[in-house]
Amino acid sequence: MGDSRGGCCPPMDLFRSEPMQLVQLIIPMESARLTVAYLGDLGLLQFKDLNSEKSPFQRTYAGQIKKCGEMARTLRFFKEQMLKAGLSPSATSVAQTDIDVDDLEVKLGELEAELIEMNANGEKLQRSYNELVEYKIVLKKAGDFFPSAQQSATAQRREMESNQMGEESIETPLLQEQETSTDLSKQVKLGFITGLVPRGKSMVFERILFRATRGNLFLKQVPIEAPVTDPVSGEKMEKNVFTVFYSGERAKNKILKICDAFGANRYPFSEDRGKQAVMISEVSGKISDLKSTIDAGKLHQDHLLRTIGDQFEQWNLKVKKEKLIHHTLNMLSLDVTKKCLVAEAWSPVFAKKQIQEALQRASVDSNSQVGAILQVLHTRELPPTYFRTNKFTAAFQEIVDAYGVAKYQEANPGVYTIVTFPFLFAVMFGDWGHGICLLLATLILIVREKKLSSQKLGDITEMTFGGRYVILMMSLFSIYAGFVYNECFSVALDLFGPSAYACRDLSCRDAYSIGLIKVRNTYPFGVDPAWHGSRTELPFLNSLKMKMSILLGVAQMNLGIILSYCNATFFGNCLNIWFQFIPQMIFLNSLFGYLSLLIILKWFTGSQADLYHIMIYMFLSPTDELGDNQLFQGQKTVQHVLLLLALVSVPWMLLPKPFLLKRQHENRQRGQSCTPVQVTDDTLHSEANHSHGHGHGHEEFEFGEVFVHQLIHTIEFVLGAVSNTASYLRLWALSLAHSQLSIVFYEKVLLLAWGYDNIVILVVGIIIFIFATVGVLLIMETLSAFLHALRLHWVEFQNKFYEGDGYKFYSFSFALIHDEGD
Amino acid sequence: MYGFEAMTFNIHGGYLEAIVRGHRAGLLTAADYNNLCQCETLDDIKMHLSATEYGPYLQNEPSPLHTTTIVEKCTLKLVDEYKHMLCQATEPLSTFLEYITYGHMIDNVVLIVTGTLHERDVQELLEKCHPLGMFDSIATLAVAQNMRELYRLVLVDTPLAPYFSECITSEDLDDMNIEIMRNTLYKAYLEDFYKFCQKLGGATAEIMSDLLSFEADRRAVNITINSIGTELTRDDRRKLYSNFGLLYPYGHEELAVCEDIDQVRSAMEKYPPYQSIFSKLSYGESQMLDKAFYEEEVKRLCLAFEQQFHYGVFFAYMRLREQEIRNLMWISECVAQNQKSRVHDSVVFIF
Repeated sequence: MGDSRGGCCPPMDLFRSEPMQLVQLIIPMESARLTVAYLGDLGLLQFKDLNSEKSPFQRTYAGQIKKCGEMARTLRFFKEQMLKAGLSPSATSVAQTDIDVDDLEVKLGELEAELIEMNANGEKLQRSYNELVEYKIVLKKAGDFFPSAQQSATAQRREMESNQMGEESIETPLLQEQETSTDLSKQVKLGFITGLVPRGKSMVFERILFRATRGNLFLKQVPIEAPVTDPVSGEKMEKNVFTVFYSGERAKNKILKICDAFGANRYPFSEDRGKQAVMISEVSGKISDLKSTIDAGKLHQDHLLRTIGDQFEQWNLKVKKEKLIHHTLNMLSLDVTKKCLVAEAWSPVFAKKQIQEALQRASVDSNSQVGAILQVLHTRELPPTYFRTNKFTAAFQEIVDAYGVAKYQEANPGVYTIVTFPFLFAVMFGDWGHGICLLLATLILIVREKKLSSQKLGDITEMTFGGRYVILMMSLFSIYAGFVYNECFSVALDLFGPSAYACRDLSCRDAYSIGLIKVRNTYPFGVDPAWHGSRTELPFLNSLKMKMSILLGVAQMNLGIILSYCNATFFGNCLNIWFQFIPQMIFLNSLFGYLSLLIILKWFTGSQADLYHIMIYMFLSPTDELGDNQLFQGQKTVQHVLLLLALVSVPWMLLPKPFLLKRQHENRQRGQSCTPVQVTDDTLHSEANHSHGHGHGHEEFEFGEVFVHQLIHTIEFVLGAVSNTASYLRLWALSLAHSQLSIVFYEKVLLLAWGYDNIVILVVGIIIFIFATVGVLLIMETLSAFLHALRLHWVEFQNKFYEGDGYKFYSFSFALIHDEGD
Repeated sequence: MYGFEAMTFNIHGGYLEAIVRGHRAGLLTAADYNNLCQCETLDDIKMHLSATEYGPYLQNEPSPLHTTTIVEKCTLKLVDEYKHMLCQATEPLSTFLEYITYGHMIDNVVLIVTGTLHERDVQELLEKCHPLGMFDSIATLAVAQNMRELYRLVLVDTPLAPYFSECITSEDLDDMNIEIMRNTLYKAYLEDFYKFCQKLGGATAEIMSDLLSFEADRRAVNITINSIGTELTRDDRRKLYSNFGLLYPYGHEELAVCEDIDQVRSAMEKYPPYQSIFSKLSYGESQMLDKAFYEEEVKRLCLAFEQQFHYGVFFAYMRLREQEIRNLMWISECVAQNQKSRVHDSVVFIF
């Protein structure tokens, strides 16, 4: 539609966003759910929230959403349980049996209750099992400890006794005998506690025990090698077996409290060895009993979880869909009669038929007596912007959208970006060796596209993968630019025939002083390889690339201004054509268009005129003679005319538009419109044009504001024409940096290593060269060239015409559920 | 250093300041509170909170909710954020962050000691403790019989140890003693924190001194009001006031001799910042005083975010979040007990 009116542009889907319409759906209550479900499958509607003043829980379907939330929680619980049991939900769901939501809710509830009960039982068993395991460890460890302690004690005593026997002299402490005897009598009263304490807390535990009993205790700790499962928390942790000896009831109470505080589990223990053995065997028996019970329980649980796992994905999807449906239903407003719901939604014009079909299908399937009604509403509101992109164009459109979403039906720079973006990138990245490396890397991504798109990638890989087609185009263009520059890893090759230049004689002595002579036809494609390594290489390439950058820049900026003309004709805004497009074209081309012309003329004629001089003195002293710098006849007159045109076009841009806008506004106030609003059958369009063409004239018209706005716009353009052209010189600068860097790596690393004639140095040199090439030239330089190309598009190109103040079309679609995953 | 801390602040503190400001942006807004106040059931509250930053913490709670669960989960979020910040922090910010939790530590100690005195179960008490004020051997507090033991057994290992120097007595613990202990500890803590902030200097010192002074003054007023009609002597009361703040020292002299709420009022009205608080209250009323003080505090805490390159934002954020959790608790409690008319009584909005 835009094409028939735009006139200037070929039919391109991407050039204008899809024509949209605001539709009103009146859906009977009984078929509402099904209708919305079908529309979600279709995914071509963006519902408007008609209840925005209501809080979420006051809306009609809040209860259902709560229910869905509850089901989602149950499903998360199942997933957690499955992960714990080491099962993963099967990706391919069996037999898509359609389940009712209410049935599903009941079923999930039952399953959850069953699982929780099972878990509780299992947990109880597990807990006593863990306790028994700990008990067994304590019995063993403490059992080892007691005899050894006894042995050392008896040994000590024997030693003492032998001492006593040996020499009964004055020095023998008199009390010793008494002590040992009292010890024996007191030993009976000495109580002890055994148990397990987490190893991390054992030091603090010991310290506190010591403090609490003022040192009147004996503590022995033995670490357990393997981590044990704590019965209370059910986590694996490293623990120590401890035995505390104390005396007195108060100390006992304190120690018990401290044990509780530290989560140290106490276990009864007997000094008697016989009893110990009995206890150990008893505990072992219990453990094996429990083990079999637990295993049986586990098996049962596994079975249950497996059946859940089979249908998990299906249920999950169902619940998510259901939630989305009710969220959407909540956005609809209830009719006064409470018998039907009213929805307002944006949809592309082409989707009308599909939507009607879906509505019909829904009313048939839900056995509703009344079908849903669809009608188109007229509105002054700006519709959302919707581009139908494919996997190739999507990434380029993203580049544009990152700057700003196009206004509804505005000319879309994305179309041109597909070509100009990789091209400008290649101008900076021109080296076909590097280009091929980049191409191979993206080809890997593209070949494995199916596999990679289904799995989760890292942050950076994700981004690279998303832009794979952009990178593909960039690499293809940089191979082309590399051939033009004749650079492959900074080496010039003569692929297109021999060089046009040769030495004057065989000795080639004066090659670097006087130069070469031309012996053949000009080199057929790109830069002649003879330039490479010559003393004039840099001046030659610099001049070439600089001029080329300006030509490219002027061309792209002209394209931008032409697109502003397309917009103006499309929106029927003659003012913008006459007082914006035309003076802008004149201003830019009379200065920089003329410069481009001179550049091309100079290339053709081989003249030695100084272009800087011409441009600068065209302003400073237009009356001076050109002298040597004259490129064509009548150049001076042409320059005078151009200068005059440029000077005239500035007030032309600045003054008339605000005044004309003012008059238009005044005329409209009097109830007559002078701007011809194009009459079309599509009323929506004229609405859009109308509101645009009059520049929000429906409200107040602030002349001062409009004038200041125009002033800013004009100044921006005039200064921008100069600074933007200069900005395009970054093409040259980055290209220079790239080629110089690759020369450095090639000559100072690879050739230097080669020169040593030593295999080790050569290998090291090659490795360094590869890393430098990949790291600096392929990755860093790609990023920087990408960034600069981005800037040239966003600033230099798009500020000529792009408003970018629209908003994106977010359709209500179930396809998104699959994407987000979790 | 004053004036130049901005140059080097971002080297260590920039990342965390950004994080804390991000967290701050997640505080519930007036619209959120408006919606929350309209909730009919706790499930509604959960549903509303699921759209906020609390969502992930509440989404796995099965349906019959309790106020305690909501508060617990919301606190868990705060604790997680705090722990993350503490992990990332370097000196002196990490010490600063640790200082923030000492107040909770004191409260927890007092809670456990009081609880044991009334023979409550230790596990039950531990559940009631604020997770920010937990330390390793906290459960052992139950063993202690008097303050000396309390100190010698457990607290000597904690950062609270130095604050105890003033209140070690061999007296048995009773309610009065514990309350005095709490206030003495708090006094020592506030003074220490204040000194620490002064040592840091710069904007941190400036902003924190304002916030801590307010805290100290509020405690002084509360101590005065609570001790009216008890056997606490004037000198003892005087000793519990922190030695800094706007009221120090002349205001303290006046507060120390107050016998009823109106005398407190006349003492406080001499200080312009507090005059506005007291002017909102009618004579003889102390019920709304807490709320008035909270409101003033929230206002001051929010102001801390107006300046950059200082640690006050961390303190302010933690306090604001705690206030928010208090609000949520109050709202949930009102909703759960069908007292919706009282919702606005105690909610302090944070804007």
